[in-house]
Amino acid sequence: MVPIAYYLILAAILFSIGIAAFLIKRNVITIFMSIELMLNAVNLTFVAFSHMWHQVSGQIFVFFVMVVAAAEASVGLAIIIALFRVRQTLDVDQINLLKH
Amino acid sequence: MSPNLLALLPELLLALTGVLIMLAEPLIAPGRTRKPLGWLAILGTLASGIAVLYQLHLVNASGPITAFYSTIQIDAFSIFFHLLIASIVLVTLLASLDYFQNPITHAGEYFALVLFGATGMMFMTSSVELLMVFIGLEISSISTYILAGFRKGRATASESALKYFLLGSFATAFFLYGIALCFGATGSTSIAAIAAGLAITKTPLLGWLAVAMVLIGLGFKVSAAPFHVWTPDVYQGAPAPVVGLMSTAPKAAAFAVLLRFLFNATPIYRSHWILLIAILAVASMTIGNLGALLQRDVKRLLAYSSIAHAGYMLVAFTAAQHEAVSTICFYTAAYAAMNVGAFLVLTQLSGFDEKLRTIDDFTGLALKRPGLSALLGFFLLSLIGIPFTGGFFGKFYVFSAAVHSGYTWLAIVGLANSGIACFYYLRLLTALYSRPLTDTIADTPSTGRITFPVALALTATAAATLCLGILPNRILHLTQRATPTSTIAQSVSAPTATIAQR
Repeated sequence: MVPIAYYLILAAILFSIGIAAFLIKRNVITIFMSIELMLNAVNLTFVAFSHMWHQVSGQIFVFFVMVVAAAEASVGLAIIIALFRVRQTLDVDQINLLKH
Repeated sequence: MSPNLLALLPELLLALTGVLIMLAEPLIAPGRTRKPLGWLAILGTLASGIAVLYQLHLVNASGPITAFYSTIQIDAFSIFFHLLIASIVLVTLLASLDYFQNPITHAGEYFALVLFGATGMMFMTSSVELLMVFIGLEISSISTYILAGFRKGRATASESALKYFLLGSFATAFFLYGIALCFGATGSTSIAAIAAGLAITKTPLLGWLAVAMVLIGLGFKVSAAPFHVWTPDVYQGAPAPVVGLMSTAPKAAAFAVLLRFLFNATPIYRSHWILLIAILAVASMTIGNLGALLQRDVKRLLAYSSIAHAGYMLVAFTAAQHEAVSTICFYTAAYAAMNVGAFLVLTQLSGFDEKLRTIDDFTGLALKRPGLSALLGFFLLSLIGIPFTGGFFGKFYVFSAAVHSGYTWLAIVGLANSGIACFYYLRLLTALYSRPLTDTIADTPSTGRITFPVALALTATAAATLCLGILPNRILHLTQRATPTSTIAQSVSAPTATIAQR
């Protein structure tokens, strides 16, 4: 049987990859995907802990997170489309109108 | 009425009104004014406010109400924030009725989204279960992401919404990871159970990490430095009335969550988190005030000022729970009154298109719009913290709270920062009352007749700012009453994660 710690470490690594991608990547869609990766790392953590504590609640939380992530994705993609229509670009370095 | 229904009555009323508005929207022919929907939203908010007062009546009579397997708790603390959020939303809606000059077809969505956002914020303040807090946070955030980009088709608006969305969801992921680690350390996500669980946990490291992660997540939401980068850009691109709303109401809700989490769930790690809070407070005050000195755009200037104000509020966390809660309740109320007021005046001055942006544009405006300029001046004085305004007593209570708990150095840093803050507020104030630089002012039409609802909203914010400055004891007494109920109730209520325990 795989120890709980392995799952937690994997989740932490996934979360860190998400953070790194969020900071490094320049394409809006990729940045958005890195946030999804972070949320899924959290889901993995929840499931692992749920197994550790012998409680179902952790797995139920995952469903809540999925629902919220889906709602967030729909709004986020809509915002990205609205921006693309105006600017014709998805590169965050070129999305820089708001400066003093 | 079942206690469950009763506990969520204000939120339910808001959400139902929002849905009703969404349903009624297509019934109004395109091109017709959407004002009736706005009035419907105002009625819904008033009904929700009355429901909160009814809850207050019940709580006074028979103690806090718990509902939904102890995940929702209605006590004096949550009722204070419910009332505050309802008032902010009411004032914003009143001022937004005439904001859409040309009948824009999607104006109805604006009113619905404001109500949905308020539902989430209220939900955050009454939840004593971190996952419920998370859902409330997301309801409020997703609505405000859309509101930030509401002036559709403008590059700046979409950019503002995108930045808010990306950094907001980034922060949410941290908050959620914090909840997961809390769950790992204690086996529960209920605030009372976490407090009990952390005392006997075998993995305190998870607990510390959880506190840090939650602090990062909520730090983004209250725009505390170093998590403030989104604030100036978002405030600059978002419509002015929306900025007034989202710089106060979600912030108040996030501070309420922070108060509940830090003081009721993790009192054991107080010595650890107080250090983090002190770092955040100093960084926010300094970066906020120094950043504001460099700004030419008025909305960006107020954005940096809101970062600084978040820093002042964080200072109060160094105090003991009783004092911290009453101080932060008072400060959020005072800040809401003056900041919403300032942004409503900006809305009136610059209109939907926001032609007036920089301080140069505002120079000499007192000649054209004397009344509104005087009002803006009053709100700016309150933001500085001049006596007889709410801002003064807010700062006074915050800094005395820090001194009481032995954090005199933090109070001194705060006072020095208030000194720096004078410069940029006064720069804007003197600009208003000096000779126009160009003839742009002459070109700006002095039309913009102030309609009755807007006048009502402006009077309400100005009166609230003044009242908090003249009669602070009365309000402080109310906020102090808010504290003990919440504390006792939470320490007494048994840890209940019974929903899915077995």
